Amino acid sequence: MDIPYTVVARRDTGLTNGKIGIWLFLASEVMLFGALFASYILIRTGAPTWPRGDTILDVPLATLNTIVLISSSVTMVMAWASLMRHRFGTFRIYMGATILLGLVFLVVKYFEYSHHFRLGELPSHNNFLAIYFTLTGLHGLHVIGGMAVNAYFWGPGAKLWKTNPVWFTNRVEHSGLFWHFVDLVWIFLFPTLYLL
Amino acid sequence: MSDQAVAGHVPHEVHHEELGFWRKYVFSTDHKVIGIQYAVTGLLFLLFGFSLMMLMRWQLAYPGAALPLIGQILGEARMPGGTMLPEFYNELGAMHGTIMVFLGVVPLAVGGFGNFVLPLQIGAPDMSFPRINMVSYWCLFLGGITMLGSFLVPGGAAQSGWTSYAPLSVIAGTGQTWWLIGMIFLITSSLLGALNFITTTIQLRAKGLTFMRFPFFVWAQFVTAFLLLLAFPPLEAAGVMQLMDRVAGTSFFMPSGLVVSGQALTNAGGGNPLLWQHLFWFLAHPEVYVLILPGMGIVAEIIANNTRKPLWGYRSMVYSLIFLGFMSFIVWAHHMFMTGMGTAMAAFFQTTTMIISIPSVVILTALIISLWGGSIRFNTPMLFAVAFLPMFGIGGLTGLPLGLNIADIPLHDTYYVIAHFHYVVAPGTIFALMAGIYYWYPKATGRKMNETLGKIHFVGSLICMNVIFMPMFIIGLAGVSRRLFDAGAAYAFAQPTMHWNAVSSWGAWIMALFQLPFIFNFFWSIRKGEAVGENPWQATTIEWSAPSPPPHGNFLGAPEAYRGPYEYSVPGAPKDFVAQYEA
Repeated sequence: MDIPYTVVARRDTGLTNGKIGIWLFLASEVMLFGALFASYILIRTGAPTWPRGDTILDVPLATLNTIVLISSSVTMVMAWASLMRHRFGTFRIYMGATILLGLVFLVVKYFEYSHHFRLGELPSHNNFLAIYFTLTGLHGLHVIGGMAVNAYFWGPGAKLWKTNPVWFTNRVEHSGLFWHFVDLVWIFLFPTLYLL
Repeated sequence: MSDQAVAGHVPHEVHHEELGFWRKYVFSTDHKVIGIQYAVTGLLFLLFGFSLMMLMRWQLAYPGAALPLIGQILGEARMPGGTMLPEFYNELGAMHGTIMVFLGVVPLAVGGFGNFVLPLQIGAPDMSFPRINMVSYWCLFLGGITMLGSFLVPGGAAQSGWTSYAPLSVIAGTGQTWWLIGMIFLITSSLLGALNFITTTIQLRAKGLTFMRFPFFVWAQFVTAFLLLLAFPPLEAAGVMQLMDRVAGTSFFMPSGLVVSGQALTNAGGGNPLLWQHLFWFLAHPEVYVLILPGMGIVAEIIANNTRKPLWGYRSMVYSLIFLGFMSFIVWAHHMFMTGMGTAMAAFFQTTTMIISIPSVVILTALIISLWGGSIRFNTPMLFAVAFLPMFGIGGLTGLPLGLNIADIPLHDTYYVIAHFHYVVAPGTIFALMAGIYYWYPKATGRKMNETLGKIHFVGSLICMNVIFMPMFIIGLAGVSRRLFDAGAAYAFAQPTMHWNAVSSWGAWIMALFQLPFIFNFFWSIRKGEAVGENPWQATTIEWSAPSPPPHGNFLGAPEAYRGPYEYSVPGAPKDFVAQYEA
């Protein structure tokens, strides 16, 4: 039995099931990160002193990471656009680039984390580091999740392109929406944690 | 498409292969199987949670007395010599709340009825994401196993109440970590279920089924799904932070200079225990509506069906439901009047709380007026549905003093609160869920449950529920705290009310006996119940056009909706109901 509107949009809503599903999922993600940002504000406003982010964290590295993630959002769009123009070869290149840029982000993050650990700056040290590790850690898990989905569409999932290219394109679009969301979270995280 | 169509099947529904046992009954993607899995899991956890409470009721009725037999089975670590340890009492209390809310009522009301009934009522072949639906059930299952497993870890299960207030929960034993991990599974399960329900409702409606032609139950599930989707993530965030506090030694919820058992804690401090309360109640107030709205939906269906009349004020009920959904996000701090939030904030939250009572009253009033002038059929589902109205009414009205800042201060955290919300959830929601089980059982199995056993179950439960909870108003108004292991022995002025504890306990134990006819009926009727056709209740909504039980893919042809959901007793019509699905 096939579920209707997985590939073609329902006429009166103009949407496929997956499109609604991913936006609802992102809505719940907004609430998740929203709650964490709200907690950050509450803890910071209640603290007698609060370090400026750039006195503890490495702003140049984070700037590099911001550029890396924004670039990966661009390559993600290009991957989807390639499918829209029926160029599967270019899709593979752009999708591969998206995954690699995600990996670069994580490697940079690894160097930042290990630097702090070496200095003994653990989450238990103070609440600034606690919220820093919680927010960036949760964001990092989202990066890994997004990369896993993208890697699936780059590799084994790409078989769907041969049998149902429209469906495959839709799925890549949905995974792209998630990837942009992960990127957007970082764009909020970067100034909040590193600059303010 | 296959040409080997079985007679009576339309071609596009027959080309599925026979699935093996595991894919068909265990890792099924069929919404009906998943719905039944959810419902049975929910019922088992309700029974388990009730058993925890029956143990606690022993301690409350006869503080310090040795419990024969069961006390010995539970062992020296929990009940030495059969007498309950305070730590074990706290475990039972925390886990009773957690299990009843997150593993009992919600899986049954949303996972069970939502999964089984909602796609059938909107004429859909299945949920929009069947595999995600399966994952959602198995997340719940893992969460349940984690919660059950936590009883066996050293130090026992979580002991900090179902609300897990910090800093007590942060310094508690290992069980609390299990509780947090279990909650993260349960939250994931709800999230996946919620986005599935919303997408299914919007996308897979039958042709002609506009939003204002939805049965009220569909609306109730639709609004509930939004609450689950948006209210649960903040608790997930809070859970992650509490896990960090416990595992990584952070101080999100740990204030500076905390001294425990005469020793200063070495954590960094600077955290805010109230932050946990805010994040917890931001979920847990909408959660109250997650508990009640599906119940209202079920009751509305059954009342319309058995009064043989359209629901009175369907539109105002739907608008009230939507308004209630929005408002439920801005009332949470009425659980926190005791924290000294200041008069301005308290005034805000008590105002929103008073406002949110209006749509609930509108819905309840509409349901009561729906009874007026009907020739009511008092079958078992209807008895439970009608009993829901006064029971929920008592629960709702006794909640008003708790929503007012001044009245809340003496009543806060007393047995009065326990009585209030149990009237909403136990003889309220659980009666509605029981009504739903008797009502949709024929759709799931093709057979009705036994009416006589059903009526014994109903009368016994109705009396016992009131015997259990009415005394708690009395004890609570005497000021006794709800969390005490000794039932309130320290309250000199409350001693004249203490004998009510035994009354309440006996009510609980006798109620357990009255569940036996239900359990027997539930299994016996699968094979021996009265066999019925597709529409045993002469109902109008689309689920009754499918065969009982519905096959994989649900309907023989694509259903279509031609009119509103409750066209009963239409003047001039040949029958006393005009089905939504008949042209």
